[in-house]
Amino acid sequence: MQATASQSDPIISFRHVNKIYNNGTVGLKDINFDIPRGQFLVVVGLSGAGKSTLLRTINRMHEISSGEVLVDNESVSAYKGKSLRQLRRKIGMIFQNFNLVKRSTVEKNVLSGLVSYYPTWKCVLGLFSADDRKRAFQALTRVSLTKKIFARADELSGGQQQRVAIARALMQEPKIILADEPIASLDPRTTKAVMDTLQRLNREDGITVIVNLHSVELAQQYADRIVGLRAGELVYDEDIANVTTEALDHVYQTDSEV
Amino acid sequence: MSYPEMPQRPWSQRHHVRAIVWTLVLIILLALSSWATGADFGMFLANLDQFTVLLVQMAHPAWDYLSVIIQPLYETIQMAILGTTIGAAFAIPFSILAAHNLVSNKYLRGLIRFVLDLVRTLPDLLLAAIFVAVFGIGSTAGVVTLAIFSFGMVSKLFYEVIETIDMGPLEAMKSVGASKITIIWYAVLPQVLNQFVSYFLYTLEINVRASTVLGYLGAGGIGVYLQRSLDQFNYSATAMIILATLVVVMVIDGVSNHLRRVLL
Amino acid sequence: MQTTLSHEFSPRSLWQRWRWLIWLVVIIAIYSWAIGGLQFTGLQASAKEVSKSIANGLVHPDWAYVYNGSGEDLSTLTLQTLAIAFLGTIVSAFISVPFAFWAARTVHERWHLRSGSGKVMLTLIRTFPEIVLAIMFIKAVGPGSYAGVLAISIHSIGMLGKLFSESLENMDRGAEEAITSAGGNHAQVFALATVPTIMPEFISYTLYRFEIAVRSASILGMVGAGGIGTPMIFAIQTRNWPRVGIILLGIVVMVLLIDTLSEQLRKKLI
Repeated sequence: MQATASQSDPIISFRHVNKIYNNGTVGLKDINFDIPRGQFLVVVGLSGAGKSTLLRTINRMHEISSGEVLVDNESVSAYKGKSLRQLRRKIGMIFQNFNLVKRSTVEKNVLSGLVSYYPTWKCVLGLFSADDRKRAFQALTRVSLTKKIFARADELSGGQQQRVAIARALMQEPKIILADEPIASLDPRTTKAVMDTLQRLNREDGITVIVNLHSVELAQQYADRIVGLRAGELVYDEDIANVTTEALDHVYQTDSEV
Repeated sequence: MSYPEMPQRPWSQRHHVRAIVWTLVLIILLALSSWATGADFGMFLANLDQFTVLLVQMAHPAWDYLSVIIQPLYETIQMAILGTTIGAAFAIPFSILAAHNLVSNKYLRGLIRFVLDLVRTLPDLLLAAIFVAVFGIGSTAGVVTLAIFSFGMVSKLFYEVIETIDMGPLEAMKSVGASKITIIWYAVLPQVLNQFVSYFLYTLEINVRASTVLGYLGAGGIGVYLQRSLDQFNYSATAMIILATLVVVMVIDGVSNHLRRVLL
Repeated sequence: MQTTLSHEFSPRSLWQRWRWLIWLVVIIAIYSWAIGGLQFTGLQASAKEVSKSIANGLVHPDWAYVYNGSGEDLSTLTLQTLAIAFLGTIVSAFISVPFAFWAARTVHERWHLRSGSGKVMLTLIRTFPEIVLAIMFIKAVGPGSYAGVLAISIHSIGMLGKLFSESLENMDRGAEEAITSAGGNHAQVFALATVPTIMPEFISYTLYRFEIAVRSASILGMVGAGGIGTPMIFAIQTRNWPRVGIILLGIVVMVLLIDTLSEQLRKKLI
């Protein structure tokens, strides 16, 4: 801990994090690293390597078996009920399958990012303030989707739906954005739009962005730093300046090839 | 940072027109239906004690009644088997005529499909009532009812299967000048046979369920005893019949499910 | 690798070679049992005459019965039939929702008592034929459409509850995950993600069930539970075939109309 204190203080720290699933599968094995504020971090690895699990331990969508995950120097395991929801509020999340309510309007989907700011009954009745509606519109401006504000989510293309999901996360005014394979179901052109949007949020708003990616190429293009997971273990961790493609390929080797 | 002007929501969306219209329609229809049917929740509650007595009686099935109903239960299954077989046999030519990949004549196809649609509109008990009038009380009326009922259902399932077949073998046979009948026999039937049998079994399951009540109107099988027990207010016998029917239905479902798994 | 020769003599190949014969014997046995067990004797000698008069009645339906202002005519009773089906289906849809949550297996556990008991309950409800329920309710509320409404409301729970619970089991949980990760509580997740995701499917199933209920409602009258079935059974018993003809026509038209309408609505939903 002494060593990291000299760096800018980390927004997220993993301390000996282990995750073992109920059926005995090892999800994460002794993960240790810090993520500084404002970093664009890309996590690479084969599917099943534990990338999704790692991401979801940060906002406690998954529980860890032992160790500690610290967000803003506080262990997330301690949070419960309301305080857990407060934690989640400052962490926006983006998913591979966008996870929108497909039959609701874009505006409604974006506004649903505000759940933690509103009492339940107001959410149920859709009573969001005029100010917040304006903010929803502004969030859509940032992802260049203002024209679609009253369209139904399922009328949009995949890339547009993912941008709606980003706008929804923006409504939380997050300090951190977790993106779990955000471009896995998109074509190359829309991939760029989504990754550029994430990069802009990182640079303009100083949001810490953590993205799980399959593609090494994209990782090198956007990341400040790349970490690699293999079979639940952290096997690679370099700043972008030191990343070499050969070393990165090592992450993608299967056990038999090692 | 400056933002473009926030657009106005379309008028209908701003005032939730669709939601309001649908809610109003629903409420009006509900009110009208309640009025038309004289639905009165209070009346149900007032007579609840009578209903409870009935349920208590049903909770004590008359086990010894089983020996009386075992024969009619067999009859029910026999009716279902024959009815389904006759229905399915008639369904085969009709489904071939209704399949768009075998019959190119749009009008013939449309006519056949319309006839099938008509047949499917008729509820099974309605058919039973009519055929009891024609053939008299007994299982003949039941078999005919089930035959027509399954004919409507099976034809549709069959022609949907035929429409999904691989056309390659058909074209190959057509190119060597085979007749229509030959093509159907050698290129269509082998492709659809397993699915046909599977749907036949599925229909049989449905018919076993249906045939248990047909007797209520005199069309043979266990339903005759159902009606008798209800008329005599012998609800523990009714419960026994329902229970026995459930067992039969479950056995038939189990056998049929197993066979269908083997087939597909 | 076994040689072909030894293969031919293995018991498996024997079974395979003679399988068709065994099936044939089984099938013949089943059909002889089915045909032998049924009694086709006692067929009415007049069957031919009756068929003729029925056909005659269907060709010359009793048009005057369509509307005669008595409140017992075809139009009135058809509407009443629709009302029974509609009210019964809607009531049932509402009751089915809690049943669906009861029976849906949403958490992965080995022994799921809640969903298991819910599924048993729904099967139990489905076991009661609609017509038996109708007779039971006639005892409780007297003959008439209300008994029909109750019969359909209860019987439909068995099917709607099952369909609803299956769609809950198979629904896309993505939106729920998103709302949870944004800091929503259980009620908010339910209101903002679960309900809007599942609603179209629930409505579609309800419409489908309504199509079935219309058919049921048109026969429940045969046992005295209101609707068009009552005059139908009277007409059959009194051999008033022109009357039977017009009622049949009415039912066919009503069912076709409702099916088409409901199909259109369902297409728009999904």
